[in-house]
Amino acid sequence: MFSNLGSLFRYRGLIQSLVARELKARYRGSLLGFVWSFVNPLLLLSIYSFVFTTIMRNNDPGTAPFVLFLFCGLLPWTWFSASLIEATSSLIAGGNLIKKVLFPAEVLPIVSVLANMVHFVLGLVILAAFMIVFRHYPPVGVLPWFPIVVAVQLVFTLGLAFALSALTVHFRDVRDLLANVLTLWFFATPIIYPYFMPSVSRFLTLFRLNPFYHLAVSYQEILFFGQFGHARSLLLLAALSVAVFLAGYWLFDRLRDSFAEAV
Amino acid sequence: MTSAIELSNVSKIYRRYSARRFATLKSALLGRSLMRELQPDETFMALKDVSFRVPKGSAFGVIGRNGSGKSTALKVVAGITKPTTGAVRVDGRVSALIELGAGFHPEISGRENVFINGIMLGLSKREIERRFDDIVDFAELRDFIDAPVKTYSSGMYMRLGFAVAINVNPDVLLVDEVLAVGDEAFTHKCLDKFRDFRRRGKTILLVTHMLSLVERLCDEAVWLDGGEKRADGDSKRVVDAYLTAVDQSEERSLAATAGHLLSSPVPAANMFQATEGRWGSGDVEIVRVTLLAHDGQPSFVFQTGEAMSIRLSIRAARPTSDFVFGIGLFNADGVCCFGTNTELEHMQPEQLSGDAEVTFGIEALDLVEGTYKLDVAVHKQDGAPYDYHRLLYTLRVASRSPGVGIFRPRHHWAFSSNVRFR
Repeated sequence: MFSNLGSLFRYRGLIQSLVARELKARYRGSLLGFVWSFVNPLLLLSIYSFVFTTIMRNNDPGTAPFVLFLFCGLLPWTWFSASLIEATSSLIAGGNLIKKVLFPAEVLPIVSVLANMVHFVLGLVILAAFMIVFRHYPPVGVLPWFPIVVAVQLVFTLGLAFALSALTVHFRDVRDLLANVLTLWFFATPIIYPYFMPSVSRFLTLFRLNPFYHLAVSYQEILFFGQFGHARSLLLLAALSVAVFLAGYWLFDRLRDSFAEAV
Repeated sequence: MTSAIELSNVSKIYRRYSARRFATLKSALLGRSLMRELQPDETFMALKDVSFRVPKGSAFGVIGRNGSGKSTALKVVAGITKPTTGAVRVDGRVSALIELGAGFHPEISGRENVFINGIMLGLSKREIERRFDDIVDFAELRDFIDAPVKTYSSGMYMRLGFAVAINVNPDVLLVDEVLAVGDEAFTHKCLDKFRDFRRRGKTILLVTHMLSLVERLCDEAVWLDGGEKRADGDSKRVVDAYLTAVDQSEERSLAATAGHLLSSPVPAANMFQATEGRWGSGDVEIVRVTLLAHDGQPSFVFQTGEAMSIRLSIRAARPTSDFVFGIGLFNADGVCCFGTNTELEHMQPEQLSGDAEVTFGIEALDLVEGTYKLDVAVHKQDGAPYDYHRLLYTLRVASRSPGVGIFRPRHHWAFSSNVRFR
């Protein structure tokens, strides 16, 4: 398993060009092309902010400007959920490669996660623009934590992506199940509501069991509130993420030989 | 000589995935041996204890019927699937032409696909840049290289896939029946490329049904049948052995139909219609028709140019002096290739009685490959049939040399010195 894991590094050129292809192919033939990478999160954000600032008025002064607060949690969540949904189908979609070409299958879920990470990074540009518009900047001192949170999320997402993509080859049900689990997960994570709401505090133990809770809180603390007090939980989550990654890869590696036959 | 590919006692068991998926997953996690015990009847053995070695720098053919395990063997060598038991060793960089253009993305241009496909096959960006022009020229796609691949015709698609794969410059090239695509000119180009490959000391493993190609291109071959190795070694010898076996099984099926037709005579029909049947007064009867190969053995499959004979066992109910023996040979389209009888050849009948034997000897069966049917008859000089067997016997002419039409004369080509072939 570890020698296979090591060879992942050898595939970086392949992963790189496949991510580039993924991004290129996605918008090929559309009028706006690559601009969609910016327009998509903007549209999503305007829907959410319309609902939560106009229809369901949010008066908590702690989360003003609410659009910005929303964006800090929504952006990483979109990366996470889109990655998992795409990774889940990646082996089946790339079945031709697995069956007909000597191709490292683990590259496919990795590409799904990384391609969505590119969208995430592009979304950060919009987030920065919003910060300028609202004159609401995080202090430079907490920003070094930001890449660490991103790294933890990447490792965690990759681990899940490995496991889910491998299982989907044998159980197509995973795809449908995942869509619903992600909806539940979204609402169970303080993204559209602040984590310090009284109703959240009441079930805090439960919330703390949710790995994405820690990620969302970390992002919001760093980018929105400007003071990071969640470091211990984040480091715990980092350890868990590595475990999830290894477990996910182990499962993937165990089922690898069956892919060419079962895809 | 060192070997580039070595298979030792390789078996491959495919599992059939059915409703019992939970058992499959659980056992897949627990281990193979347990799994095999759990589902003994849901397995299919694609390769059974196959061993062969391919010497470095040689071209090696894999032949066999459909479903004999050829492609599985290739996939095992390519590393796409792992053998269930046994070991595979491959020396050097492998490129597999199993499905051309398998990694192409339809939305992006041919140029981008060349790069990504090349990287998938193990080239670096710089290496592809260096070979890019060769690839495009080989694929003959200079004008279309910037169009999305989805606009390509299937031939263009295959050509580009082939061009990339062959320019990966592997040490071992695996080819699975990919020459069936593309026009004649492109096939020739591919073959030239293969030869060029061999000259540079690279190894080719070729899976194909084109036996003549195996004979021409390959030094050695292996013949797989039902997942088992039947023969390996010199390609001509293996192809011969394979063809003989194919002939034999064809012969068995022909023999079965012949027996069937003889045992149930079909009622009389208009003799000018090309339908099978048997009619006549029965005063003289053709009891049995035997086709004999050049060695005197009964056979149903003959080689072009070989001697053969048709032996009729005759029984005359009472002696007669009015008889004509005739034979007619028809091809599968019902065209009469040859027909004659003793009267046409000026033989005056005098006496026929009891059990007799008539043999029609053909010195050289100069027919093109195909299935032929035989008429045999004995009738009166005025044409009234005693016993007429219409198209009741089938024989197959097998040929190792191509040619179309019906007649394959003995021939040779001669050229003046300024005509040259490679």
